Order: sequence, then C-alpha cells, then structure tokens
Amino acid sequence: MDNYSIIIIYYNFKFSLTGSRMINTLTISQAHNKLKNKEISCEELTKSCIERIEKTDPLVNAVIYKNFNSALSKAKKIDSENNFYNPLTGIPYLSKDVFCEEDVPTTACSNILRNPDYVTPFSSTTTKRLEACGAISIGKTNTDEFTMGSSTETSCYGVTKCPWDLTRVAGGSSGGSAAAVSSDESIFALGTDTGGSIRQPAGFCGCTGIRVTYGRTSRFGVMSMASSLDTIGPLAKSVEDLCIILSAISGKDELDATTSDLEVPDYQSILNGSVKGMTIGISKDYFPAELDNEVREHIENAIKVFKKLGAITKEISLPHTKYALPAYYIIVPSEISSNMARYDGIRFGHTEKAKDLIEYYFSVRSAGFGDEVKRRIMIGTFALSAGYYDAYYRQAQRVRTLIKQDFEKAFEKVDLIVSPMSPTPAFKIGSHTDDPVAMYLEDIFSIPQALAGIPALSIPCGFSKENLPIALQIMGPQWGEPQILKAANAFEKEVWPGGLPKPNI
Amino acid sequence: MALTPADIRHIAKLSRINLSEKEVAKFTKELSSILECVDKLKEVDTRKCKPTKQITGLKQIFRKDEVKRGLADVEKLLETSPLKFTENQIETQAAHG
Repeated sequence: MDNYSIIIIYYNFKFSLTGSRMINTLTISQAHNKLKNKEISCEELTKSCIERIEKTDPLVNAVIYKNFNSALSKAKKIDSENNFYNPLTGIPYLSKDVFCEEDVPTTACSNILRNPDYVTPFSSTTTKRLEACGAISIGKTNTDEFTMGSSTETSCYGVTKCPWDLTRVAGGSSGGSAAAVSSDESIFALGTDTGGSIRQPAGFCGCTGIRVTYGRTSRFGVMSMASSLDTIGPLAKSVEDLCIILSAISGKDELDATTSDLEVPDYQSILNGSVKGMTIGISKDYFPAELDNEVREHIENAIKVFKKLGAITKEISLPHTKYALPAYYIIVPSEISSNMARYDGIRFGHTEKAKDLIEYYFSVRSAGFGDEVKRRIMIGTFALSAGYYDAYYRQAQRVRTLIKQDFEKAFEKVDLIVSPMSPTPAFKIGSHTDDPVAMYLEDIFSIPQALAGIPALSIPCGFSKENLPIALQIMGPQWGEPQILKAANAFEKEVWPGGLPKPNI
Repeated sequence: MALTPADIRHIAKLSRINLSEKEVAKFTKELSSILECVDKLKEVDTRKCKPTKQITGLKQIFRKDEVKRGLADVEKLLETSPLKFTENQIETQAAHG
C-alpha cells in the first residue's frame, strides 16, 4: 500500500494548491455547497470552466462546440433567482456530440452531418432532465464518428488527446467528455456507452464513469449506434457526483419504450454504506496471460483494498468471455447498417450534386462517412445478407444469451465482480489506426457487460510508471447500480481521500 | 472467412457506398481480418440456447393510439434538410434521371 500512500500525499498537496482558486476543479457536491452558501456565483463558476476550456482545449481538443453565450445568460438568470433547489442547479456540463440539444449543432463528429451542420430542432430526454434541474450546458464534446471507435481518432474534428500525455489517445468513444472532465473543463459530462465508450476513456483520462443497466436511462434524442446496446451515462470527478447525475437522468421515458418503469433508487443514500461483508467475484477470464503487468499489479492491489475494507473475495468463472468480442462485432455492425440508413442527405446534413436519387445517396454517403463507419456498415450488411444471417447474426445473438447466463450464474454467488478496465493504459495516437482488429481488442473487458445489459463502473486505481491512469472496473447485476456505486465510493474514499488525481496540464 | 474484391464491391453497392479500387483493396483486407476474428463464434455450441434480441426483460410496451404533437414544428424539421422544400415536402432529385 506504500505506492498508494505516496500518491495520496502528493495529490492532496497538489489539490490544496489548486483547489482554492480554480473553482472549475470542484465536484458537483462541492460546487453546490459553495453556490448555496454564496461563496461563489453561478456566473463565476461557468466563467471559470469557459476560461479553462479557452486555455487548455487547444492542447486537448475535447470540446468541439462552445455554447458559452447561452451558458452565461442562463448562469446570470440562475444567480438572480437564487434558488439552488437541486444539487445540479447552476452546474456547468458538457455533452457528447450525439446528444440532441435544441438549436445547437449536433454532428456526431461526422462529415455527413456537416456542411450544413445539423442544428437539432429538439432536445434529448437527458438534456431536458438536466435542464429541469438547472444544469447549464456549455458545449459539445468530441467523439469517434457516430461513437464508432475506442480512441476518438475517427472524429471529423481530429483526435482528443489524453490530458496525462498529449501524445496518447484519451480513449473513446466518449474521449472528449473524459478528457474535459479530468482536465476540469467542466464539472461533469455526459457520454454514451455501447461497448465501453464511457468506461474506457474515463479510465484512460483518470475520471470516473458508469455504464448503467440497459433501460435505466433514456436514449431518446441521442444518435443511435447499436440500439440494443447503447446506454446514456455520466462521467464525473467523484462517485458521489455520479450518484447525483444518475438521480437526475434515470427513469422511465415514454419516448423510449426500452426504459424500465422500475423505481429509481435513492443513489445518494448509499454514500455512507460500506463494502463490509460484500462478496466480490474475480474471474481468471479477465486476467489473460498477455495482460499488461502494471495493470495486473494495480488491479491486484485494488482487490486488496476491498479485502481491507471487509469484503470477501471469491473466484468465479465467466467461460464465454472470449466470445463476447466476436459476438459484439457482429451484432453492433448489423444494428449500425440499419441505423445508418437514415443518413441519406435528404432530411439533414451533408449534400452533393447528383443526376438522380440513387446517385445522390451514393455520393452523400461516400463523401460523408469515414472509414470506420463504412467498415461497420459493410460488415453489418454482409452479416445480415441472405446466406450469412444464421451463421453470423443469429449465432452472435445466441452467444449473447450464453454471456448473459454466465453473469446471471456468477451473480447468484457474488454481489459484484471486479476486473481491469482495459488491457493497457492509454495508447499512442496512431498506433492502432491501420489495424481495426487491434483497436477492437481494446474493448475486450468492457464488451461482455454491454451484451448482458448489466451496469459497470470505471474508477482510477493507480498509475503506470509513465504516470498514466490505470482503472478498475466494478460490475453488478441488472439494476445493481446502488451496490456498484457503494463499493466504488468506499474505494474512492479509501484510495483517493483528497479526490481523484488531476493531470498537470 | 476471406472476402474477395468482388464481394466487397457487392456489399458496398448494397450499403450505398462508392469505393475506389484502392479502397476495395483496403476493405477486402480489413473486412476479411474482422471476419477471421469473429469466426471464433462458430466454435460455440448454441444448439440449446435461444437468441437474445433484447436484454431488458420488458414485454410488449403499449401506448394509446393517439395523435400527438411532435417535439418540434413541421417548419423547423424541414429546415434541417439541405434540400429545398415546397408545401411541406422536400424536393429531391428524380428517382430515375
């Protein structure tokens, strides 16, 4: 535990230096208290995030649309009303560029929704729920094109850089949201997670993020990638903040028939809970021989922390884990090939000159989509085509059943499962671009939970020798967010009592 | 499974995507390597299990069959089109030349 102690002392020291003057570094709960006690104004808080974006973002490239004027006028209005009725009232946030926001350009970082930019005529349910709490949208964050990627390198706005090492990726696809939160460009951010797109970038950038149970949050108004797997969720600076955001955005939405009417638990009530007596499962299937040694070491240390806190560990088996990645890369492209059909240059976005309609479709789609989107549309079209449907798509759906059953059996014996978040810390920009399969393998630990529809959270658990964050993944059964958040909060309090470490940028 | 350049041209046509010869070569290689990776699925005996199409456990979500106002006006929805519109209809090129 010596490594942890040194890091904690170092970061506590650093936090005490920066925490007092830069209010953009605050968590939601800290900012809420200061707003309520009149120590800061909402305008000051919003301005400090804006200043931070202006200063830092030329290096990081996390923010691709700035909504500053409207944000500042909302902030002034909230100050004048002086009613901080919700912990999110007056809190500036960023959302991934797939969340529709009325009168704001939403492009999914794809050329097919640019020139002219698609300016959304309505807002996503999540955007509306945050607005109802008084949260202030200050802009949009970078993502892989239509969220297809694990590094934010497929964005038409260029790559987002890891705030800990600007030669490395921030992860993806919610790389912009993760980099923005960890470099304090906003108090929190929204992302989407289809196969790890919240958790992996949160891990690479050193913030925390949660993929919720499929059906817990509404997907309405968020551009779809793979509809049976897409989930909406938060990235934040503390587990407590994740609880606050989830309380605001979870629950049944009539506009998304896949949301559940199961009651939303009081997430904040878990914050005083302990992991004492909880059973934590560990599966060899998540510790393959080729796992990075530093990652292995830090995850093993994290497991020791849970034991110290009174949890019991138990070995479990998830035998179909190795088939999750191939099943995912059939199911996802199949759903993509159908979802991407709507981008035809008729109702929104990019346009081209053409002599007839069919040529128009070809020209718009060929010019508008990037290579990864084309790859996935083609794989999906192939997998769904006559003669291959049963061998690929149907077989992948059957394997999905086995993966789901693996987890169901495991959660009969344990309360939570922990694993590494990613096989390595953040990788170098460009290192995987010529090899799509190598890029897909980055998601190897984050895909099984997505196929099973269960929740999972990513939280930093240490640093590599190169000073890159290494993250722990905590998974729970369907609707098991409270126990995941409880364990993650206890872990955070123990390992990072002064708050999550910040990059020096 | 390895795909041929002819397969790629056919799939691209179905996908409404034009490919240059250089792109055909590139995607032939890349898509073949992706299919090689997913071919692992064939090892699994799935004879006894049903396919999972959705994982919520929800069944038959009904709503009243009522006409409701949309979230945005017709005008505003039409304005997002890059093409011209008349009488609430988007003008596209003719289907055949």
